[in-house]
Amino acid sequence: MSNPLRDMDKPETIFCIGTNMTECHPVAATRIKRAVAKGAHLIVADPRRIPLVEYAELYLPIRVGSDVALLLAMAHVIEREGLVDEEFVAARTQDFAAFREHVRRFTPEWAESICQVPAADIARAARLYGGASRAAIYYTLGITEHICGVDNVQSLCNLALMTGNLGKEGAGINPMRGQNNIQGAGDCGAIPANFPGFQACDDPANAAKFAKLYGRPIQARKGITKVHALERATDGRIRAMLICGENTVVSDPDRHHCEKALNSLDHLVVIDVFPTETTALADVVLPATAWGETDGVYTNTERRVQRVRAAVPPQGEARPDWWIVSQIGRRLGLPGFEYEAARDVFDELCSVSPIYAGLDWDRIEDGAYQWPVPDRNHPGTPILHVGEFKNGRGRFNVISYRDPAEVVDAEYPVWLTTGRRLEAYHTRTMSGRAAGMDYLLNEETVEVHPDNVRAWGLSDGGFARVTSRRGSIVVRVEATPQSPRGTVFCSFSFGDVPVNVLTGGGYDPVTTTAELKVCPVRVEPCAAPVPTA
Amino acid sequence: MTETAPIPTKTQRASTLVLDGVEVPFQDGESLYQVAQRHRSEVPTLCYDPRLDAFGACRLCVVEVEGFRTPVASCTTRAAAGMKVRTRTDALEQHRKTLLELVASESRDSGDAHGKGTPGHVDPLRGYASQELATLTARYAVDGTRFAGAHSGRSHREDDNPFLLRDYDLCISCYRCVRVCAEREGDHAISVANRGFHTQITTEFGGKLLDSSCTFCGQCVQTCPTGALADRKAMRNAGQPGELTKTRTVCPYCGVGCSVDIVTRGERIVAVQPAMDGPANEGALCVKGQFAWDHVQHPERLKTPLVRDAAGRLVPASWDEALGRAAAGFAKALREHGDESIYAIASGRAPHESAYTIQKLIRAAAGTNFVDNCSRA
Repeated sequence: MSNPLRDMDKPETIFCIGTNMTECHPVAATRIKRAVAKGAHLIVADPRRIPLVEYAELYLPIRVGSDVALLLAMAHVIEREGLVDEEFVAARTQDFAAFREHVRRFTPEWAESICQVPAADIARAARLYGGASRAAIYYTLGITEHICGVDNVQSLCNLALMTGNLGKEGAGINPMRGQNNIQGAGDCGAIPANFPGFQACDDPANAAKFAKLYGRPIQARKGITKVHALERATDGRIRAMLICGENTVVSDPDRHHCEKALNSLDHLVVIDVFPTETTALADVVLPATAWGETDGVYTNTERRVQRVRAAVPPQGEARPDWWIVSQIGRRLGLPGFEYEAARDVFDELCSVSPIYAGLDWDRIEDGAYQWPVPDRNHPGTPILHVGEFKNGRGRFNVISYRDPAEVVDAEYPVWLTTGRRLEAYHTRTMSGRAAGMDYLLNEETVEVHPDNVRAWGLSDGGFARVTSRRGSIVVRVEATPQSPRGTVFCSFSFGDVPVNVLTGGGYDPVTTTAELKVCPVRVEPCAAPVPTA
Repeated sequence: MTETAPIPTKTQRASTLVLDGVEVPFQDGESLYQVAQRHRSEVPTLCYDPRLDAFGACRLCVVEVEGFRTPVASCTTRAAAGMKVRTRTDALEQHRKTLLELVASESRDSGDAHGKGTPGHVDPLRGYASQELATLTARYAVDGTRFAGAHSGRSHREDDNPFLLRDYDLCISCYRCVRVCAEREGDHAISVANRGFHTQITTEFGGKLLDSSCTFCGQCVQTCPTGALADRKAMRNAGQPGELTKTRTVCPYCGVGCSVDIVTRGERIVAVQPAMDGPANEGALCVKGQFAWDHVQHPERLKTPLVRDAAGRLVPASWDEALGRAAAGFAKALREHGDESIYAIASGRAPHESAYTIQKLIRAAAGTNFVDNCSRA
């Protein structure tokens, strides 16, 4: 997030797009509800009539995968109606002229034909966002899990830049991170493009710095993403893999392909806290300490660096991840893995990462710092981009709409979109083992609009077979107007409804993030599944 | 609630008033209660939660203000320059004791083993604020006999949800639950029906919470000052021996990063409670953070290393053997297939120290950037 969570009640207009916040980030959503109660304008754009819509002044039920068209048309209206913050654009951005020329072609009427929402509503959204003195954008995976995920994010950046909604309170571009420490995994350099602290791998100076620190030459070019790594496992170029704390088989797209990739490896080591579909494929399974047993650090969605603490001893022989990984490193004869405690590891991270340079284990005791914290006297950075952008000027990107990788046709006439539910978390390795959660949600359903239930010969509470180009699942039907006509929804949380058997039609060319939000399917009535086991 | 109001900043013009004979500053808009609390005057309350709009229901926080005919509720009275305020007079203390005797007459035996027989005493596992009434009845040496008689509130015993015990027999009608649900959560799942001795906290149509707009976030439980709303899941551990200890940490679910206290007795986790001063959540939690914690000590946890045997089965192994096998596999791949033959996926669920060592392992062992995390799916 460019802005802190406590900023969420300050915008005049709040634009939530592709974020089912009341279910996926419920505590953050309480701040939005309070902002609305105090008079903020809330725009919600989402294919599904998610609970947040009940708090919205304007709801844009866009067709799945049509975000770029909506955002282009909003930019068009902002430009046409003189809502551009010309002063901000002149002082702090570049390439606006080309962008301005570009968006003049994309009217709300054009976008209506793609997004399937009225042009007047698109224009109204543009005025609410562009006319506000402080407007904030919040988004989640509904923006990024598309073949055009980068385009979607850059389209949001264009809107914020043209209206001057960056670098100030109650504004900004705010991705809501979905996992407790997914921001931290990036901060730590567990990504193929960056060393710790987002120091680019393809900068030879950075590669040289880490070569010196880690005691061997390191390639001064980006590595490959997980998606490409799984492809290379399938074709035999990657032979050994370490997977930590991820149930790859269930959470990743195109399950059959993923299982084939992992089965092709000579050597798979999995570190986890529970047996999963992924540990079942491993050659070596190493038991890790869980939350509540582990001292360490998380970074939250607002870049706040916070301590986590052990409250109870580990179960059985479980050991902290850092100890396990260090033991493997030492057995490979590598120097620099002689840590005695989590704080040794964290303090080393602070010493090699400029955004953590002002931090150490003791200084984060109260969770008072949001990175970057470049030195010991720095108070942290709750709001990014105040006064200047890190890389000079904010650049406009000329972006055009593209169809999803797969679109509906006669054989697969229904849009499937996937996501999460309040009462389950990811593949339920944790929440599924918490007593009582079953009372609230005990099985997966496919959410279908009541009109479609009738038209497709389904019955509410009966079963349906959902089939994509890659596979087929059987799932109970739930009739609900939360799904728009022609679009159905499933979460990927339940192992007996492996929705990612269906997904995986395409990937963003830059990030290789899968298009998990769009998958054309066929939905047909079927008999109840025969229970296994 | 022990949270204190913010100290006025230099940019805000501070006026002063006289509090128990001492001149003290305050900032515009502050209530007398906030001023008194910041100066550690121990003004009692039961209906006050610093996160909620002041309500003025319990009248325990009354203070005397010179020139005012009767004592006023300090939580709903704005501080004004030159006020002379007394928070601790014999008359006020007698007034508070009488009010507490009325409140205590509402309270019934919780049945909890903890503090049995004392009015208002309930097991602290019931919730974060559950000891507030008991603390005040002890401070004012109040028992429930003086006004013993009719009660308001009837426990909702039919609600079989696993998380929120609706023990309204202990309810004192402070409305904190109703207010936190409306003002903080925006859910409006619970409301008040009737008046006087017929007062009842309820949901629409008096049904189960499951059939209401309740999201089971547990905020009503954690603000309840009597334990009438209680953490039913935690209460299952009421018999667990050992001192009750709290450890401050951060929730393991989504990326909001809510601060929580893990509540333990001995080596068992018995509850999670919200951290009222958590920077990301300011006391709020959701159903997962509040109630989905018992995976940690679940019997299905992986407890020993496992290695695949000659027959292809995963079998228990010593750490030494498993780590040797793990390292040997990577060494073999590097030796036979080169630096680009090994890969690692770090976790977005594990702490920094996990991700940092994993990326270092790949970069130090292979000299590649063949490492990723689970952010792409």
